[in-house]
Amino acid sequence: MNLDARIPSGPIQEKWDKARFDMKLVNPANKRKYSVIVVGTGLAGAAGAASLGELGYNVMAFCFQDSPRRAHSIAAQGGINAAKNYQNDGDSIYRLFYDTLKGGDYRAREANVYRLAQVSVNIIDQCVAQGVPFAREYGGTLANRSFGGAQVSRTFYARGQTGQQLLLGAYQALMRQAAAGTVKLFPRTEMLELIVIGGRARGIVTRNLVTGAIDIHLADAVVLATGGYGNAFYLATYAKGSNATAIWRAYKKGALFANPCFTQIHPTCIPVSGEYQSKLTLMSESLRNDGRIWVPLKKGDKRAPGDIPEAERDYYLERRYPSYGNLAPRDIASRAAKVVCDEGRGVGDTGLGVYLDFSEAIGRLGRRVIEERYGNLFEMYERITGEDPYKVPMRIYPATHYTMGGLWVDYHLMSTIPGLFVAGEANFSDHGANRLGASALMQGLADGYFVLPYTLGHYLGSNKFEKVAEDHAECRAARANVEERIKRLLSIRGSRTVDDLHRALGKILWEYCGMARNEAGLQKALAMIPELREEFWRTAIVPGSNEEFNQSLERAGRVADFFEIAELMCLDALDRNESCGAHFREEHQTSDAEAQRDDANYSYVAAWQYGGENARPSLHKEPLNFEYCIPTQRSYK
Amino acid sequence: MRIILHVWRQKNASSPGKLMRYEIPNVNPEMSFLEMLDVLNEDLILKGDDPVAFDHDCREGICGMCGMMINGIAHGGRRGTTVCQLHMRHFKDGDEIYLEPWRARAFPLIRDLAVDRSAFDRIIAAGGFVSVPTGSAPDGNAIPIPKEDADLAMDAAACIGCGACVAACPNAAAALFTAAKVSQFALLPQGQPERYDRVRAMVAQAGAEGFGGCTNVGECEAVCPKQIRLEFIARMNRDFLKAALTRRGETPSA
Repeated sequence: MNLDARIPSGPIQEKWDKARFDMKLVNPANKRKYSVIVVGTGLAGAAGAASLGELGYNVMAFCFQDSPRRAHSIAAQGGINAAKNYQNDGDSIYRLFYDTLKGGDYRAREANVYRLAQVSVNIIDQCVAQGVPFAREYGGTLANRSFGGAQVSRTFYARGQTGQQLLLGAYQALMRQAAAGTVKLFPRTEMLELIVIGGRARGIVTRNLVTGAIDIHLADAVVLATGGYGNAFYLATYAKGSNATAIWRAYKKGALFANPCFTQIHPTCIPVSGEYQSKLTLMSESLRNDGRIWVPLKKGDKRAPGDIPEAERDYYLERRYPSYGNLAPRDIASRAAKVVCDEGRGVGDTGLGVYLDFSEAIGRLGRRVIEERYGNLFEMYERITGEDPYKVPMRIYPATHYTMGGLWVDYHLMSTIPGLFVAGEANFSDHGANRLGASALMQGLADGYFVLPYTLGHYLGSNKFEKVAEDHAECRAARANVEERIKRLLSIRGSRTVDDLHRALGKILWEYCGMARNEAGLQKALAMIPELREEFWRTAIVPGSNEEFNQSLERAGRVADFFEIAELMCLDALDRNESCGAHFREEHQTSDAEAQRDDANYSYVAAWQYGGENARPSLHKEPLNFEYCIPTQRSYK
Repeated sequence: MRIILHVWRQKNASSPGKLMRYEIPNVNPEMSFLEMLDVLNEDLILKGDDPVAFDHDCREGICGMCGMMINGIAHGGRRGTTVCQLHMRHFKDGDEIYLEPWRARAFPLIRDLAVDRSAFDRIIAAGGFVSVPTGSAPDGNAIPIPKEDADLAMDAAACIGCGACVAACPNAAAALFTAAKVSQFALLPQGQPERYDRVRAMVAQAGAEGFGGCTNVGECEAVCPKQIRLEFIARMNRDFLKAALTRRGETPSA
């Protein structure tokens, strides 16, 4: 397979302009003759569906939640990056491009990342115009904060609820189109199959989660904006419903899956407290601006944090990375926490935690300032743990947070199936092997507001679409496939709950395909996962029937897909015999325990092609060429 | 600790419902309330019973998907806390807890503790937006906004659309929800052009959905997990009155 990324020619600064000029346009009067399906209503999906609706296309927007406003983009706390340089501190589009590419450890496409940095400035303008109440200075201008992996203040925020405010902005734009009749909404509806006709994506099969009705929806193009697959780990900062089913169905229909092993472990989450734990809660990385991370110098020091004198504390990030200190990128900060905990210096009952201490900042700035900056995060911490972070340091530990991998897309955000576009976290394109903080919101909105409306229009404008009907053989086959799978799930009346099996899968992934990986461990995981998957299909209990509101059935279908994706993650992690970004292979580290890339052999995107049930997927490589940002050993010291 | 639950069970909107008693012998005080329900559901599934249906998603108190009446109080009565953020350490060994869904005509029941809140989406669709098509925005700093206004707008914008305000209100009014969005935009320069159209349309839609009228009881503010203040309802009422008296915003609607 020839992976043509369709990157425009010319200097990087002019590529997006050139691409837009070269695109076919659809006459305004003809736009309503085209229909587009958008699955997922997070930042990318809602922004894309609203913008396409505004242009006049007929849009159908689907989400599994009860309202498009609930998508998990809403939980992003810290902020959104943009190269506005409002602070006059040396930022520029080029610097944001450079930081993002370097932060991703040189495993992303230059042209995509540059475009992301370019449109970042339009995103802020758009959101302000929508009435997003960003934080402001006393003079009325927009406020900024700094964030991990950057030395400039380019992060815009709305208290600790930036994702919520940006999503509500996009959701409201979407609802405006729903009222105008250009967008039809399908909440509580889950995509369970992709329909490919004549080699092109032409529709989806869905299940109505309230009635169980299986329906076919047809269109001229399909957009998947369904988020990441991090819930494969069971414990993650994702919403409970976040799932990989849509992208996995597309993968099994022929879309290539890129870099599945690139999963981000976020350094600042509230530690696990027991076996019943259902999810992990993130504490925004912005806390690292004022909080200092430390553990006791001595192993097994069980004294209360306040009783440990300064001289007996190890501020390990400040010690190891003096120039970035507590703001070192996520992958580095997470691994550093794992190292000190593995040494037996972790804190809390489980020993799997480190302190994030605000006492120095409260002393320097006063409690009022800290309250203003982080008040709602401190309250959230106290609600969950019962401890007051104004008085005792927070305890934090890394947790699965984001997946950089996803469906392979070209510069137009189109997958290897023509007409199937993938946006936001669901695609692989911009973050390489590690995403920087406050860049997920940027990418989701960039894809939805400013890329899809152009590239998808070009696709519609440059193709002819024959009419297809629901009785087409491909539609019937896709529907039969969905019905058969549901029947199969409901017929296993075993002895273990789906959650129990999912927890077991999560433990395997966390142990062998988590913060540190090695060949033996990955081999072991690759032996264990198929066994557990087989056990799932034999022993899971899925109560109830299809024709009702059945949350157990929903969950079982999603978990069944996680079992398959988990195997691909391990396969990719094993195949990528280097360390880069969040993918840390223990065999490949520098003398001071940093990730050691192997550019000579692994400077490529690993795109996997489904090969059939129980067959090994085949690997295709898209080489990465760096003309502007020449790879060096990443250093944050 | 041991917790006794009385849970509203109702298979669907058309069948009758009733409270069922369940005993959970091994509740850990560090658990969240929903994790306790997870434990109950795992147990029900293993016994071959139907698990309790309840809506939830982020479990971080921000998506607004969860919500139920706990002993008659929306979200359980801890100030500024959604049910997913409520923890069992606030209950005692042997406590009996009654769980019921939001009850309001505009929120039809789906199953057990899950209800249909799409009426809220339709109120937003009626006018809860600024009409600014993608690409037509001026520079973000072109219009300075006093910090005080931006902060107050953010207080209003914090609404998560969970529906607790409706469930707590004796009139099942959606006034706090509607007022939060109306106020957010009324406080910002970007919201001015459509200010009076918006308030008229949104208030009318809330009425059409079957929500009741506000009689200033204040239960909504007491249970709001985001502590949205009654003050915003006063702001909405002022704008609505002004729109009615001056006939501003009385443009023909599409």
